[in-house]
Amino acid sequence: MNAVLQLTDVTRVHGTGAGEVHALRGISFAAHAGELVAVMGPSGSGKSTLLTIAGGLDQPTSGAVRVEGTDLVGLGQQERARMRRTSIGYVFQGLNLIPALTAAENVALPRELDGMSVRTAREEALQALEEVGIADLAERFPDDMSGGQQQRVAIARAVVGERRLILADEPTGALDTETGEGILGLLRARCDAGAAGVLVTHEARHAAWADRVVFLRDGVVVDETGTDRVEVLTERADA
Amino acid sequence: MSVKHALLALLEQEPMYGYQLRAEFERRTGTAWPLNVGQVYTTLTRLERDGLAVAGGEDGEGHLVYRITDDGRAEVASWFTTPVARTQPPRDELAIKLALAVTVPGVDVDTVIQQQRSATMAALQDYTRLKRRAAEAADGAERADLAWSLVLDSLVFGAEAEIRWLDHCEARLRRAAVEQGRAAARPPAAAPRPVGEAPARGAR
Repeated sequence: MNAVLQLTDVTRVHGTGAGEVHALRGISFAAHAGELVAVMGPSGSGKSTLLTIAGGLDQPTSGAVRVEGTDLVGLGQQERARMRRTSIGYVFQGLNLIPALTAAENVALPRELDGMSVRTAREEALQALEEVGIADLAERFPDDMSGGQQQRVAIARAVVGERRLILADEPTGALDTETGEGILGLLRARCDAGAAGVLVTHEARHAAWADRVVFLRDGVVVDETGTDRVEVLTERADA
Repeated sequence: MSVKHALLALLEQEPMYGYQLRAEFERRTGTAWPLNVGQVYTTLTRLERDGLAVAGGEDGEGHLVYRITDDGRAEVASWFTTPVARTQPPRDELAIKLALAVTVPGVDVDTVIQQQRSATMAALQDYTRLKRRAAEAADGAERADLAWSLVLDSLVFGAEAEIRWLDHCEARLRRAAVEQGRAAARPPAAAPRPVGEAPARGAR
């Protein structure tokens, strides 16, 4: 299988000497095309560190991080930033939408930064907004939208331009159950369409949307649920 | 589970024969709790013995059809209006297993917890997949689809609660281990243990 994201023996140590904190202690982890992987673990288990390293926002102390075959560790800062804009989409709990820009402008921004013409970037942005079901809100500013709508804009911005790796950190944050499930449905659909997704969450019910669930404890992977599903009930319902 | 009451409730709608009852039961509960037909017939015999249903002759194809009696109707009404008792919780194998795991020496409780968490998570993934599929097929939803989807929700909530409880157990065991470590590190004179206080359990 072709891994869109491949972490090999990744460690991350914060601080030095007596204050040394080992956030990740040798993690190998892959997310393949068409797959949504959930990462679960108690706070301090390293799940958010894993995500920032996978996305090139932080550098590992040792180990390799490959996105579509390119090792992010070996890249210069500019190349890494370019990789982040073209191949990797993020959805954070804190949204990080720019309040002075409309929904369409927020979504188009990474494409424009990438040198795309304003017009083409806008077309792509509108398409992404359509995909997440809020094409009609393209000219709204974030402040005039509900939390769920803003999170949809954030997802559109994460998926715009066919990015093949989607990283999401508690993307359903403060949303109510139904709105949250809508967001997970969008992530799921994007992965079904061929992207690789990594979803960090502490909610079992959200992790259950994934194909695989990886459990972290103290910076190591302790277990995962395989793709070998408990088929009994599924088969009966199919019959 | 009360098969007796479930079958009576179905009979209240219309007279049915054994296979029909089983099919109807499974259609509404989404085959989460399959019934074998022997169980259905044993229950029907008991319902007849207790005067709650009667075998009312054969249909055109030779099936023995059962119908509900007035006593049966009263029984169904009382079942629907009486809450399911929680005073005697059903024996919970997992809770019993963990209670023993933290007290029997030499058991790797972390592994017991994690293996259960993975297994329950895998089941939760399946329920979620089924829910998605049910939602996709929801166009022109009938009442039976709603019933199945509510049953799925119940399974989802149950699995979720179990995982939360496992997380909770793990966190408490870790805390207990840390406290025990601290107590052991203190000089004995400085840390008199009050009489009757149990040492932290399950810590390794």
